Amino acid sequence: MKKFFAQAYLWILLILLYAPILIIVIFSFTESKVLGNWTGFSFGLYQNILSGKVGMSFLKALENTVSIGILAAIISTFMGSISAIGIYNMRGKKRKAIMFLNDIPMLNPDIITGVSLFLLFVAFSIPQGYLTVLLAHVSFCTPYVILCVLPKLRQMDPNLYEAALDLGATPRQALNKVIFPQIKPAMISGFILAFTLSIDDFAVTLFTKGNKGFENLSTYIYADAHKGGLTPELRPIMSIIFVFVLLLLIIINIRSSRNNKKQEIRI
Amino acid sequence: MPYFIFLVVFVALPLLMVLIYAFQDQSSGKFTFDNFAKFFQRGEDLRTFLYSIEVALINTIICLLLGYPAAWIMANSKLNKSSITIMLFILPMWINMLIRTLATVALFDFAKVPLAQGALIFGMVYNFLPFMIYPIYNQLNKMDKAYAEAATDLGASPTQVFTKVTIPLSMPGVWSGVLMVFMPTISTFAIAELLTLNKVKLFGTTIQENINNGMWNYGSALALIMLVIIGISVLLSNDDSKRDDEKGGMI
Repeated sequence: MKKFFAQAYLWILLILLYAPILIIVIFSFTESKVLGNWTGFSFGLYQNILSGKVGMSFLKALENTVSIGILAAIISTFMGSISAIGIYNMRGKKRKAIMFLNDIPMLNPDIITGVSLFLLFVAFSIPQGYLTVLLAHVSFCTPYVILCVLPKLRQMDPNLYEAALDLGATPRQALNKVIFPQIKPAMISGFILAFTLSIDDFAVTLFTKGNKGFENLSTYIYADAHKGGLTPELRPIMSIIFVFVLLLLIIINIRSSRNNKKQEIRI
Repeated sequence: MPYFIFLVVFVALPLLMVLIYAFQDQSSGKFTFDNFAKFFQRGEDLRTFLYSIEVALINTIICLLLGYPAAWIMANSKLNKSSITIMLFILPMWINMLIRTLATVALFDFAKVPLAQGALIFGMVYNFLPFMIYPIYNQLNKMDKAYAEAATDLGASPTQVFTKVTIPLSMPGVWSGVLMVFMPTISTFAIAELLTLNKVKLFGTTIQENINNGMWNYGSALALIMLVIIGISVLLSNDDSKRDDEKGGMI
């Protein structure tokens, strides 16, 4: 009985959480301009996306989001991993100072990060656009990569690196053949985290995109919603993103539970 | 170290710019306290600020009241065995906040609920509940079950076990959750506008409007005020390192 109530509570919360998403998914299969107005089942909106009828500005925004996401994730994973190795070997005040600065972007609300970077670019009259958005994204993604990689470095046996050097490897070879393979899983999760942070970002992009017409998905949706009424084609896009994320999470979950089982067997 | 230089240029310097602009006069560029005086004299912005704190507090309390039982049930192996439910609770965190908000607006439209303060609170809770549940669940899950068993063996009733053992041990998770909900709510913008059709304005929107309209100095002063509030709430919870670990370990 107790279990029944507990489960019921969880499922009621979940239904409430998912109701809005479900509404979007359901209404992506009808062609009405206004949400909540059912005009018969159709794949029309999905066909519009495939045939590119959604308008160039929207496709451009989608492309910007993905390309900034990938570039920011690559740059911040690279910079973050190397910096993490540097920080790992640091001691004392220097390490404290760098860790303090590294924590700031994670604690700062988006809007403060956005405003402060905006003022930086304005004060040095740097023209705002694709490049400034990319720089801004790298600056708030890298700390998270470092946070992923540092614990992995601490778990590593420091003697391995020394052993490689003793056996005649150059420091560069030791780095490539010993350290990087060890921290690779942390680098991958850092990359995924950086990518999701970047494609999800709204506030920082809004402040650093300038007024030359650069948009990412979030700022495009924001502008669209302000004009009154959402482009109907956004509904299938949202549904696709949702299903994509759902599948990705299920795969990650199954893989990790399988790994756990393997470990249990080994023990 | 190149990354140190990068951090100085893209983290420290921008914040310094906020500080400089906040104490600068818009026209002459001289040092002044006028931007702050304006904030306290102009009732409208001060009211928005206090209202934002109120909304953030209400939101945090509701998220805690709804989220704690959910986290507790999920961490309790007698009541919930599957790991799918926790995954379902975390999943919405990966969906763009604006998309989620617009979906909520769509739901209210569909159900003919008027878009006003109630809608704002519901929308906020809907957006931030996962951020409350996850850290509490994590904390409860890694808690040593032996403590609760020991308390039972020593004669504590289930209620006593809950109030004297489970709740105190889960406090670090609760603090992380409170921070992860309170801080973003106080600084959100766009969400409130979309949820109430511009009827309700929160402090984040005030900052954004000022910056957008070229009032950089006044906007910076407002941003600095928000920064102080954030700093205070971090210090009060004095648990920021834990929060980051959890954020980093979400994947």
